[in-house]
Amino acid sequence: MSAPARNASASVVSSWARPSRRTVERGLSILSPLVLLAIWEAGAIVGVVDTRFFPAPSTIFAALATLLQAGELQEHLLISLERIAVGFVLGAVPGIVLGLAIGLLPLVRAIVQPLVDATFPIPKIALLPMVIMLFGIGEGSKYAIIAIAVVFLVLINTEAGVRNIERIYLDVGRNYGASRLMFFTDIALPGALPMIMAGLKLGMGVALIIIVSAEFVGARNGIGYLIWNSWNTFQVDRMYAGLMVIALLGFASALLLAALERVLVPWRSAVRI
Amino acid sequence: MWGKASILKEGHSLAPYSASVSVASAARPKVRIRGLRKVFRVRQRAVEALATVDLDVGSGEFVAIVGPSGCGKTTLLRILAGLETASDGEFSVERAAGRDLPLNSMVFQEQSIFPWMSVRDNVAFGLKARGVARRARYEAVLPMIRAIGLEGFEDALPHQLSGGMKQRVSLARAFANDPEILLMDEPFAALDEQTKLVMQAELLRIWEGASGRPGESATRKTVVYVTHSIDEAIVLADRVVVLSARPGRIKDQVDIAAIYARPRDVAAVRSSAPYGELFARIWRELRTEIAA
Repeated sequence: MSAPARNASASVVSSWARPSRRTVERGLSILSPLVLLAIWEAGAIVGVVDTRFFPAPSTIFAALATLLQAGELQEHLLISLERIAVGFVLGAVPGIVLGLAIGLLPLVRAIVQPLVDATFPIPKIALLPMVIMLFGIGEGSKYAIIAIAVVFLVLINTEAGVRNIERIYLDVGRNYGASRLMFFTDIALPGALPMIMAGLKLGMGVALIIIVSAEFVGARNGIGYLIWNSWNTFQVDRMYAGLMVIALLGFASALLLAALERVLVPWRSAVRI
Repeated sequence: MWGKASILKEGHSLAPYSASVSVASAARPKVRIRGLRKVFRVRQRAVEALATVDLDVGSGEFVAIVGPSGCGKTTLLRILAGLETASDGEFSVERAAGRDLPLNSMVFQEQSIFPWMSVRDNVAFGLKARGVARRARYEAVLPMIRAIGLEGFEDALPHQLSGGMKQRVSLARAFANDPEILLMDEPFAALDEQTKLVMQAELLRIWEGASGRPGESATRKTVVYVTHSIDEAIVLADRVVVLSARPGRIKDQVDIAAIYARPRDVAAVRSSAPYGELFARIWRELRTEIAA
């Protein structure tokens, strides 16, 4: 065997034997939930798992398929998505604007900070009765409760983002005579963007938690209603189908926000690689 | 004190600088600093950063300030830049007649270009702050971007550039703002040695060349340049001002313009005979200030 040929075959072998670290991590991320489902399924078949409370994954997927065929799932999903989207935007936009203002303007911070500190620890779902009182039993109260939950997380993260901007950038702004508006749009907003994105991700997670809870008690539709109603009528497989949809929503929204971050904060995502 | 046999026999003077000698500041000074002092309060204790500083900088003159670490040279520059206030004393900048230029633009030591802006937007930042419309300012910075060797990188983001190129952007931003005076705070200190040599030559080329704008007279900007490198000060400046250790005060001034004409070849300056003498003189002044 000639030396070059051996080298070539060796390199092929090593590329098979050692896939890149990234590929390994990705593979593991996909594998871990599948393994969990497989164990669950096996447990149900063997009888270790009580299928009255924990139906096998195959049963849950079947229920999911039935819900899809009836068009029931789409209906619930759509209305929940609408509530999340509207509430999220209603919370995120003021959160960013207020967070920037608190971070940049000491006067605004003096006024708003104590209010934020005092109201942030209140569990937002505990405000639902008050919100229903103010906005009625309809969609308004759903938007409002999500917005209230989201605004805090976005505001607090934005403010931290502004305060963590390197001083040098503020010095440049001052030295080059940037207007107050330019400090907002050209320095504070882009400078705080990595932290704002973190706030949006947290806010999205909380929005999912809140919408399900809100739909438990005050709705006739939505994924939360589907879960609660299925539980009340002891259709456990449908309940799990609803839970699975929420899990998928969480996963999808995380992917969406990560993609958004890559577009909006290219200088940061480049560092991460 | 400088009685040793000098290698500068052709009439070059190494006598302490005085305003009447220098051609550059024979006219009305561009920058007048009088009795400038800075005292910081650190935990109820007063720390004097700058002792009374008096300094004139002529129009179009390139003055380098050298001094040991912590001598207050950066503080002096930040006061001139309006980023800090003096505890005492005053300074004034003579405005060019008939033109409404920004007073000063600073080139900072560390990475100071905005990572979220393209090269073009970074260079045009000063113009945007002055209210120049987008198209006009993009057009205005084009010659500067070209002059500083960033053509083809207009849309790049800073993280795609090398350290040297980032400082090019920083220089371009200051020059493009077309200020009355340029303030530079060790702009090349963070660069590796070879890149630094290239950038020093580049700075001189841009500064000696012109204002960076076509159709405008090649009036050199007045520069106040802070560095801890004796070599850099000699190579770049018309005059080197030596500051003492904290609290900083002016210890000596060395006229370089009388020895090296403009435009200057950085490499030729370093290999010339007077260079060693100048270096030794400044180092003698500095050495006693450094507690190492």
